[in-house]
Amino acid sequence: MLLEIIMIPAVLAIIKIMVIILLFAMPLGTVLTLMERKWSAMIQDRVGPNRANIGGFTGHGVLHLAADGLKSMFKEDTMPKGADGFLYLIAPFFGLIAGVATFAIIPLAGPIGNFTFQVTDIEPGLLFIFAITSLSVYGAVLAGTSSNSKFALLGGTRASAQMISYEVFMGLALMGVFMVYGTTRVSGIVDGQNEYWFGNLIPMWGVFTQPLGFVLFFTALIAETKRAPFDAPEGESEIVAGYFLEYSGMRWSAFMLAEYVALVGVASLITTLFFGGYHVPWLHLWENAPQWIVTILQLLKFSIFTVFFCWFQIQLRWTVPKFRFDQTMALGWKKLLPLSLANMIVTAFVILAFG
Amino acid sequence: MELKVKQVNRLDGVREALYFPALYVGFRLTVKHFWRNLFGSRDVVTINYPEEKRHVSARWRGRHRLTRRENGFLSCVACYMCETVCPSKCIHIEAGEHPDLSVEKYPVVFNIDELRCVFCGLCVEACPKDAIRMDTGVISMAYTSRQTFDFTRDLLRDNYDPKAHSNPKYEDYDLPSPSNQQEALPNSQGVPAS
Ligand code: SF4
Ligand code: SF4
Repeated sequence: MLLEIIMIPAVLAIIKIMVIILLFAMPLGTVLTLMERKWSAMIQDRVGPNRANIGGFTGHGVLHLAADGLKSMFKEDTMPKGADGFLYLIAPFFGLIAGVATFAIIPLAGPIGNFTFQVTDIEPGLLFIFAITSLSVYGAVLAGTSSNSKFALLGGTRASAQMISYEVFMGLALMGVFMVYGTTRVSGIVDGQNEYWFGNLIPMWGVFTQPLGFVLFFTALIAETKRAPFDAPEGESEIVAGYFLEYSGMRWSAFMLAEYVALVGVASLITTLFFGGYHVPWLHLWENAPQWIVTILQLLKFSIFTVFFCWFQIQLRWTVPKFRFDQTMALGWKKLLPLSLANMIVTAFVILAFG
Repeated sequence: MELKVKQVNRLDGVREALYFPALYVGFRLTVKHFWRNLFGSRDVVTINYPEEKRHVSARWRGRHRLTRRENGFLSCVACYMCETVCPSKCIHIEAGEHPDLSVEKYPVVFNIDELRCVFCGLCVEACPKDAIRMDTGVISMAYTSRQTFDFTRDLLRDNYDPKAHSNPKYEDYDLPSPSNQQEALPNSQGVPAS
């Protein structure tokens, strides 16, 4: 009876959404808010947050997560005078929703029979991602315009300009992947990466078939999340905190969480599209491996790669200096856009000649 | 007159435009630090302040102390030298007659408002009796009311037992603190016991 209810597609989808968001995306995003501080401290030879404690127990700073949550919950939710109330109040959640929605099409492990570890495998596939990321622009723009603050407005303007320009070639950079695997469906792309070159030597991962596409897409995604080196919209050295300058309390935390959920989203997208998704390379050599071991290995492989790319993005933030805003624009329009066009054309010719 | 313009020699060319060589160099550095500190915090230079204290030089001018004679009485003879020289006028002394006639005077009241003090050290230099020093190594004073910064004679009094500490300058944790001012006053050793 219970099983029947669970197997109703709508119920199943809701359960999957819950599990993926509440057990994967959100916890990882939350932990990353602390890890970013801890890891950046290690990079800079500091200690990092280590003071929050319950009766002397600090757990190397883990309790800061609880402290942060409590603090933002009890903090006053301020609204500046002259702000556009409704837009001001809903703006933080655009980014969060967009970040979370990314996980709808990401498969965490291979299907078992009819059951897939993916909320939905829609036909447009990655076009959905483009639609969603353009939605996340609204968070920044609405927050910037509704705050009645000049710094926030500047930040919002920068954010919209940057995200819209980088969206242009984010799509173009992925064209190569679509061409190589012949589909926009995520499951198709992931399965396409389970094939091998030269017998069983090199898996046909996106990063090997589309190295330039990988670099371009990764760059565009980092620019979309507005993290360093593309954090001119926040620009704490010039415009204080940019578009979310006026926020406090839980709404500010929503922006923060959105940033980290987007970071996890970027990491899992990169894993899915360029590093074989959940497919463990060379696993097919192990004939009649039990299904449950395969699934666990796949979940593990996916998580490890995702965490690695989260770490990589954080490391990147603490390594490279921020681009000036005109440099961001110049990089996008003058270098990356022509490169992604060239990548697309070359890929097309190579496929025409050898495919 | 022509303006002098300094031409900044910018790096450019393919190597710079590619970003990757520079990224590689940066990554090598940050990842190295990351890994070294991930396992055992080997490069961390932070001093966890309230628990760990920094070494304080012997010449550091910290909170004042009033030194004592061998028999336990204050060395100060209430000559007002320090009060006179103090640029911030934060020392307040009232003299009393010392029972030992060879000493003549002792401070009945000796207050230093540490909040006004600029830690110039002139009082120490002015003192003819080496009665006031600033070598307690107490580098930070933080209390919740202004009155507590007005250190009285008995709080300033050098209170440590030299036998109990190898280096009393740095380990004077048992100096009286303003919170136990009430207890400190009755046991005053400013005047000789009868
Ligand atoms: S250190 Fe300078 S300011 Fe402070 S009490 Fe002595 S003379 Fe006055
Ligand atoms: S501390 Fe020294 S200078 Fe000041 S009154 Fe006493 S003896 Fe004189």
